Amino acid sequence: MDPVNFVILASILFAIGSAAVLLRRNAIVAFMGVELMLNAANLALVAFARIHGEIDGQVMAFFVMVVAAAEVVVGLAIIIAVFRARQTISLDEPAELKG
Amino acid sequence: MLDLTWLLIAVPLASSAVLLLAGRRADSWGHWLGVAASGSAFVVGLLALIQMLGLDAEERSHAVHLFSWIPGAELNLDAGLLVDPLSLTFVMLVTFVGTLIHVYSVAYMEHDPNRRIFFAYLNLFVAAMLLLVLADSYLLLFVGWEGVGLASYLLIGFWNFKPEYATAAKKAFVVNRIGDIGLILAMGLMFAYLGGVDFETVFANVDGVSTATLTAIGLTLLLAACGKSAQFPLQSWLGDAMAGPTPVSALIHAATMVTAGVYLLVRSAPILEGAPSAQTAIAAVGAFTLILGALIGMAKDDIKKALAASTMSQIGYMMLAAGLGPIGYAFAIFHLVTHGFFKAGMFLGAGSVMHGMGDQVDMRRFGALRTAMVTTWVTFGLGWLAILGIPPFSGFWSKDKIIEAAFVGEGAQPWILGGAALIGAGLTAFYMSRLFFMTFHGKARWTDGQHPHESPALMTVPMIILAVGSAFLGLFLAVGDRFSHWLEPVTGHAEHHEPVLPVPVLMAATLILVALGVWVAWRKYGAADVPEEAPAASLATIAARNDMFQDSVNRAVFERPGTHLTRTLVYADAAVVDGAVNGGGEAWSKTGEVARRLQTGQVRSYAATMLVGLVIVILVVVQGGL
Amino acid sequence: MVSPILFWIIAAITVIPALSLLFARKAVHIAMSIVLVMVGLAAAYVALDAPFLGVVQIVVYTGAVMMLFLFVLMLVGVDQREDLKETITAQRWIAFFAAGGLGAFLVSLITRVSIPVAEEGAVGDPEPIAILLFEKYVLVIEVLGFVLITAAVGALVLTHVPRLKPRRTQVEVQRDRVRTGSDPVNKVFPGVYARHNALDIPALDPEGKPIEASVSRVLKIRNQVQDGAEFRAQLEDPSRKEDDR
Repeated sequence: MDPVNFVILASILFAIGSAAVLLRRNAIVAFMGVELMLNAANLALVAFARIHGEIDGQVMAFFVMVVAAAEVVVGLAIIIAVFRARQTISLDEPAELKG
Repeated sequence: MLDLTWLLIAVPLASSAVLLLAGRRADSWGHWLGVAASGSAFVVGLLALIQMLGLDAEERSHAVHLFSWIPGAELNLDAGLLVDPLSLTFVMLVTFVGTLIHVYSVAYMEHDPNRRIFFAYLNLFVAAMLLLVLADSYLLLFVGWEGVGLASYLLIGFWNFKPEYATAAKKAFVVNRIGDIGLILAMGLMFAYLGGVDFETVFANVDGVSTATLTAIGLTLLLAACGKSAQFPLQSWLGDAMAGPTPVSALIHAATMVTAGVYLLVRSAPILEGAPSAQTAIAAVGAFTLILGALIGMAKDDIKKALAASTMSQIGYMMLAAGLGPIGYAFAIFHLVTHGFFKAGMFLGAGSVMHGMGDQVDMRRFGALRTAMVTTWVTFGLGWLAILGIPPFSGFWSKDKIIEAAFVGEGAQPWILGGAALIGAGLTAFYMSRLFFMTFHGKARWTDGQHPHESPALMTVPMIILAVGSAFLGLFLAVGDRFSHWLEPVTGHAEHHEPVLPVPVLMAATLILVALGVWVAWRKYGAADVPEEAPAASLATIAARNDMFQDSVNRAVFERPGTHLTRTLVYADAAVVDGAVNGGGEAWSKTGEVARRLQTGQVRSYAATMLVGLVIVILVVVQGGL
Repeated sequence: MVSPILFWIIAAITVIPALSLLFARKAVHIAMSIVLVMVGLAAAYVALDAPFLGVVQIVVYTGAVMMLFLFVLMLVGVDQREDLKETITAQRWIAFFAAGGLGAFLVSLITRVSIPVAEEGAVGDPEPIAILLFEKYVLVIEVLGFVLITAAVGALVLTHVPRLKPRRTQVEVQRDRVRTGSDPVNKVFPGVYARHNALDIPALDPEGKPIEASVSRVLKIRNQVQDGAEFRAQLEDPSRKEDDR
């Protein structure tokens, strides 16, 4: 089966992840949406690597994983800090940015 | 000594600074310091005069270089003094009369708590006036010109706790500014067409310039002279300037400052020689003001305002003479000097009367003062005879010469100018006699509780000296045309011209008119009773009492349209300019209000925006452009 | 070539659990679903000739990242249920059209292009990947090392709570207790000894009365406390047999 189908799969996963970010108020859930988007991108990279028959794409995916791991660490730390300060992790709560 | 003439300016200026800075500590000796400063200036001037008299006529022009003032490529101007017969004449007049008036003021201002400030201003005036007449360039002259304007303003408003006095000072200042514009424009024209503003450069380059340019310069100079010398149409401030203390009126608004315009025109003789139209304009203005002032003087009941009108009229004579060219310059200055003496003397006399009458100025409440104030009566009487032009008193020698000179020429001009001068002499005789008789003769019309008394010696002695000058100075200077010869290095030699009428006829006509004026005045105000209230009068008299409605005219012609123009501009500024700016600002503010709604503070909305943007960017990239 | 069956299996175990992101209410359920998605993706990597990456995916995502998520979920309260009702105007429609549009757009784009597939590609075994990482991309590895260290330090800094008062020793704590006259020994533990033990049930004193202070203050606020009266009633019920006690 054509590996391009995996790219299509990646697109669908990306759309689901982005919809989760837009729709969910729970910061952790939204964050998981972000993770899903990153993984969808990884899947696309690996699929393209397979299509081209090279492993550079896999290395790129590897890098994305490393960065995602770092991002998760910092992101969760921020969520915890916010939770300590506000006793909530709802994304709608901190509305100080309102103009 | 001629090189030390800068002391003339420095000493009064330093004295003025000391008096202004010393404060109340100077109350006990400040006035004597002022007198000493003025007196020492007179001594310096006298020594310079003696030295100058020892020189030949050709050498009687001495330039004193002071310092490099405006070093520039195109306009390289040094501050320097020009000591020549003309400036020395003024120096002598200003310092001599000035010193006498200083002495007079010591007594006159005795009870004023701010006497030292008064003397500081007087010294400032003397310094500025001397700078004006000694300057060797128009720009330095302008400094002195403004300085005397400032001193005049300060002294008119010396009693500025009275609002109308403060207003009078402001009026004088504003009207003078109009004249100053003329002088500034003249300097600009000189710099543009004659290559400089110092007398030497300007006069040297006069030949190479068109008549039109010279006429323009001459007319702007005339405007300047009108402002300073209270000539038509800028005459309106002089009457109100009488708000100042009487010594000020005597020194500044009769003897010296108001004649600065005449000085300016005589000094600018080389320019005027090349601009006959400007000369005609000067003579016309002089002749018109002469009559105008005389008519106003005939109706005034306020002794000082009557004298002010007389000053205006007499300066009209001087302007007329200055507009006649070389034959008139010397007589303009001559009349200026004699006028300085007799008018200052009469003002001091008026001050003495006011001093004795408790600051009463209404002549209808005077009368019969000759017995109460003998010295004042005699000194005033000598001034009166001098201004009338009765031989052999001073005025005869100067004014008659002007009348003669006015009759020189061709066509209608001599008849118009000469006629005006001749009629003016008659009018002068009438209003001065009216003033004299109403004040010193007739029946006493004093208000209750007034006890006229003679003034102290400090006041009468200067009056006596000035009266002697009024009586004999003209004769002294006129014998053998001494004064004309003295001024010749500056004014140039005047060819003798015959008037259109024989000289004896003119002299006789003048004397007859004068006698007629005196006789009418005696009949009305000397022999007959004078009503204590001004009687109902004809329209002409009312006009004259109101200064020929000069204020109303100014208000209608200049102030009202100016006010409306300003209001329109202010409205336009508020509606159009400010409106545009404010509207623009408000539009941005409103835009911000609308744009603010986009900032909901909802993180997820921002995320949605980002996603939509991402979709659009991908679309654009894929489609290869918008 | 990938077997179509494998692909469809992978598609099923990635997309269906991923939809829980949109519809599930409990965050724990979502996290577990995402773990499943990660496993599916690992399978996909293996199928796409990237066995090393597949293993790394399982280790990093399933083993580390998702467990971290679970830890944080526990920390902030695992019981929280999220109301799915939308609060921002039109946000649901915008999300639907933007995300759906993006997905549809990408899919249509990919199906319209045809890319020749390499028959025999390089396989992502650890050895070639290691060579590539430490030769061609060694600088990137260095930089990523910095990023990781910075992230670790950043997480420490963000979660660190500065100590505002000096630490109190046990002796000091005991002295303060005696001084203020409060209970000199430990507080009573919740629960009923010997018969029943739970955090949400107050302990009984020797007289059989419930000790309110033995239950955690937090549980009281949350109204998750069982009433002690019920148990006392049981205790005092004469109908009950002596043996039941």
